[in-house]
Amino acid sequence: MALILDALVQGVQLLLVLLLAPLLTGYVRRVKAHLLRRRGPPLVQPYRDLLKLIRKEVVIAENASWVFRVAPYIIFATTLVAASLVPTFATGLMFSPAADLIAIVALLGSARFALALAGLDVGTSFGGIGSSREMMIASLAEPAMLMIVFTVSLLAGSTQLSSVSAFMQGPEVGLRVSLAMALVGLIMVAIAENARIPVDNPATHLELTMVHEAMILEYSGRHLAVIEAAASIKLLLYLSLVACIFAPWGVHTAGQGFAALAVGLVTYVAKLAAGGFLLAVFETVTAKMRVFRVSEFLGAALMLGLLAALLLFVSRSI
Amino acid sequence: MIDRLAFDVAHLFAGGLVLVSFMLLYQDRMFGLLNIFALHALVVSLSVAWQAYIQQAPHLYITAAIALVVKAIIIPVALHRIIVRLGIHRTIETVVGIGQTMLAGIALVALSILVMLPITAQAGTLAREDLAFSLSVILLGLLMMISRRNAVSQIIGFMSIENGLILAATAAKGMPLVVEISVAFSILVALIVIGIFLFRIRERFDTVDVHALERFRGEQP
Amino acid sequence: MALTVLLSCVAVLLATSVAAVPAARASAATPLVYMFALLCSAGGLAAAGAVLVTGATAADTMDLPIGLPWLGVHFRLDCLSALFLVVVNLGSLTASLYGLGYGRHEPAPGRVLPFFPAFLAGMNLVVLADDAFTFLLTWEFMSLASWALVMAHHRDRDNARAGYIYLLMASFGTLSLLLAFGLLAGPGGDYGFEAIRAATPTPAVSAAVLTLALIGAGSKAGLVPLHVWLPLAHPAAPSHVSALMSGVMTKVAVYGFVRIAFDLLGPPAWWWGAAVLTLGGITAVLGVLYALMQHDLKRLLAYHTVENIGIIFIGLGLALAFRANDLRWAAALALTAALFHVFNHSVFKSLLFFGSGAVLTATGERDMEHLGGLIHRMPLTGFAFLVGSAAISALPPFNGFVSEWLTFQAILLSPSLPQWMLKFLAPAVGGMLALSAALAAGCFVKAFGATFLGRPRTSVAQAARETDAFSLAAMFVLVLLCLIAGVLPGYFMDALASVTQQLVGAQLPLQQDLRWLTIVPIAEARSSYNGLLLFLLIAVAAWLVAYVIHRWASHAIRRSAAWDCGFPDPSPATQYTSGSFAQPIRRVFGSVAFRAREEVQMPLPGEMHAARFRVQLRDLVWDAFYAPVESAVAFFADRLNKVQTWTIRAYLTMVFAAVVVLLMVLTVWH
Repeated sequence: MALILDALVQGVQLLLVLLLAPLLTGYVRRVKAHLLRRRGPPLVQPYRDLLKLIRKEVVIAENASWVFRVAPYIIFATTLVAASLVPTFATGLMFSPAADLIAIVALLGSARFALALAGLDVGTSFGGIGSSREMMIASLAEPAMLMIVFTVSLLAGSTQLSSVSAFMQGPEVGLRVSLAMALVGLIMVAIAENARIPVDNPATHLELTMVHEAMILEYSGRHLAVIEAAASIKLLLYLSLVACIFAPWGVHTAGQGFAALAVGLVTYVAKLAAGGFLLAVFETVTAKMRVFRVSEFLGAALMLGLLAALLLFVSRSI
Repeated sequence: MIDRLAFDVAHLFAGGLVLVSFMLLYQDRMFGLLNIFALHALVVSLSVAWQAYIQQAPHLYITAAIALVVKAIIIPVALHRIIVRLGIHRTIETVVGIGQTMLAGIALVALSILVMLPITAQAGTLAREDLAFSLSVILLGLLMMISRRNAVSQIIGFMSIENGLILAATAAKGMPLVVEISVAFSILVALIVIGIFLFRIRERFDTVDVHALERFRGEQP
Repeated sequence: MALTVLLSCVAVLLATSVAAVPAARASAATPLVYMFALLCSAGGLAAAGAVLVTGATAADTMDLPIGLPWLGVHFRLDCLSALFLVVVNLGSLTASLYGLGYGRHEPAPGRVLPFFPAFLAGMNLVVLADDAFTFLLTWEFMSLASWALVMAHHRDRDNARAGYIYLLMASFGTLSLLLAFGLLAGPGGDYGFEAIRAATPTPAVSAAVLTLALIGAGSKAGLVPLHVWLPLAHPAAPSHVSALMSGVMTKVAVYGFVRIAFDLLGPPAWWWGAAVLTLGGITAVLGVLYALMQHDLKRLLAYHTVENIGIIFIGLGLALAFRANDLRWAAALALTAALFHVFNHSVFKSLLFFGSGAVLTATGERDMEHLGGLIHRMPLTGFAFLVGSAAISALPPFNGFVSEWLTFQAILLSPSLPQWMLKFLAPAVGGMLALSAALAAGCFVKAFGATFLGRPRTSVAQAARETDAFSLAAMFVLVLLCLIAGVLPGYFMDALASVTQQLVGAQLPLQQDLRWLTIVPIAEARSSYNGLLLFLLIAVAAWLVAYVIHRWASHAIRRSAAWDCGFPDPSPATQYTSGSFAQPIRRVFGSVAFRAREEVQMPLPGEMHAARFRVQLRDLVWDAFYAPVESAVAFFADRLNKVQTWTIRAYLTMVFAAVVVLLMVLTVWH
């Protein structure tokens, strides 16, 4: 019985992640538009965009190889698997023993590897720009992310997200400056990984502001639809990660009943809405940084993670 | 045994002070530096006020008030005026890159923890922690002074050292008010002296600044 | 029994090597030699594998009455040797298989064929040695055989220089090891490992032995700052030999260090762990930074070997630190991580070197700036290289990720260490490890992208053809191993359990009984990983999305010119090269690590010549360590030159003075 419930929860989570991601993207765009005193596109516009793209003809460069054609599916599959392992409304997912936080970060790294290769495949200079900048950003964002994972897992005594989430809900946590630093660091890394202002502009196709967009410049039709869907899922993943680690209230833990599941769902949607709103506000008030300032920005995130891990040793539990 | 909430809040303020010291190191614009320094002084005054609350030492409230008014309001405003009036160059040049400065900062924090925690093994947990953090703040202030080419940032570094000393003094259970008054006045005097010196060496700094500006125009090598 | 099998295989290898000397020119010699090497490696692999899997606790020894008359040579096969013999023979097997195809293109078979089986024999013998004399003799034999292979194409000046530096560093390493064993044997002079194990040296002697072993084994493995010979020598040898040197010989050096530090020395001190950990971290970061600046494919792979050796030494340092504090199960975890990475690295590094050898055979080029678009001409090699790149970048579901994951889990246990220095070092080194992993992924995007993707930059790249079946077979065997070790790591970890039991006295819980083949190094609630499940989930998700797309999406597809924002440039010179790909990272890290300086000279308006772009990098390790030594040696050599021009009377005076001084020393002594 418990097994069936676990499988159901896991399945619902998978579908939820898949279906909510474009809605989140649409919501962020709409809030940004309202902040700029525009009406903005409707909330369901990303769904319409995806459907439109799927029905279009794909145009591929003559010298594109099988890597170009396979990469979108690899990116989507790894991102989806990673997103379905981050607890959203319930912990104790059936597949959560398969991957802990470190493995989730590495799965996103696989997606990025495939994307960077796809950028280099056609042999244009724009693809090269995107891939090289993306790998530079990743070379700082991944260590920063791992230092944050260290901090959180040193505190929670585990890298398994369900255990971390349960620990954070418990009374043992207390107000800690290391957690505050880890939160700020995670937000900085999330902004960099999702190609948001101030690191990259997801709305334009200018060379100056391109990292993610440059890598997918050659894609069209259904391939582009799959990649865009994967990008939305990645944004949802990072918001869920921040929510489940730093704002875990309301998440259903083992032993609670069905009502708690519904509560978990409602609180999760509320957290997504709050997170999306804050992201939109942040993107509106900040300007995009020069590419080589991004390394200082992410270097600061790495230092924050290191400092947070160091300061943990000074506190009372270690 | 100290109440857990009290401990956690004190820990939060002390750690926050270290974090704001790092933010001071990260700044490369003059006005941003002044704002962050105001934040630094604010965190120190909040920390002292909290210590006053949990140690039941009312004279520390006055210390907190002095830190707040003098360091968080008067001095940043005064420096702001000086900068605008003297037309000092608004960008802060560093001796080594920001990344390396931050790495050095982390090493200094590790060093202060390594030094302080073993030798204060008999003291109470809160005092030990605050001492380790305050040594970090002092060392970070010194780092700021030696890694910046600009006089204003060196003043700020000097004053952040003072803030670290206040944190240490309050953590070690109390500091007479008269000491605080004399320390505050000595800071004011130092500020006035430095201000006078700034007038006299303004030419020098300005010349250097303009050349430095030309050297850093465009892409950095 | 297994030991007899192994020694007989070694004997056959030596015999083949001797027989190949006169017969190398014959056309049948190449396939015969590699065939024998393959069969002997297969035999060795089977024997060693049987010992490792059954986890025999009693060691097998054999003494032969050859060599020094009062010593003989001793051989011993225990679990640690079995593990490293598996690594060595697996590498030899695939290299021989590769050589069957690659060897046909060898221009100077007489310089390669006699030394290849000798090299394999040497490596096997080092791992089997049970006393100091045998160890050092076989170590030197291995070095000399590989040196001869490095000098196979000696007419190239770069290769000659590489061989010279390799010989210098190898001799230096052997000298350190000689001193280390001398100290271990003590005044009694008993060089057998049994006696050394039983003796308990003082802390000062242990410290000296560890330092010497670190220098000696570390220089062969490639620890910074003793790594300088590696990127010169490894690319100079033929490709299958490069694979063996990078993938296998460095592991034999790691074996030497593990044998001395964990087995022969006795209980370690905590600062040993700190020293090894720091060195490992610095090596990992510096290795990958050097690799990013390279555009020679084989040199890039050699620098990556340096990085991975750093990762292995991080695991070993952690194991030493945990063992010193008697945290045996944590030491077992760290040691398992390090040893698993030894296996993984030998697998994917061989694979990558085989790929680069295939590219070299097909195009004659090692320089990535002259390649490109090879995935169309060499699709199978490209696929194998891609899997190798993904594995070395520690991406799930391949094997590189599992050993890095285990290393991170070991680092996360560091708060249980009581020493403050270790408590801080471990997260710092963890940060360095994460940094090197991220940079490695970037480097392999660059390497694979510049070589195989994009458009061909030269005509040789355009005219490349796929390699022969033997090379492809060797590569695909390794591809399969990468996947299997990543997806079913529990079996490999169980095979390592007997080794950790022998070395640190504890082992990880049995992994293969866990449900669904998850691996749980410490406790279920703490962390777990299931490679098989992840692989299946990714495959199912990819299949599902492909199915959905193909069911409801348009199937229309059209080939056209590249979009490139509407201005595609036909010249392949406008695409990103390996140097341009590395430029952002060079800006961020290189200005500190290599004092990288860029200079652009634009032509003035009206001038017709091209703009010039110049990047200047300095090898700070060479400047700090080697250049002073070089100039000091040159200085003293110049001074001593005068001795050549003395008169006979002066020489006689020198001999007389030496005799007088020695007599005086004798009187003082008594």
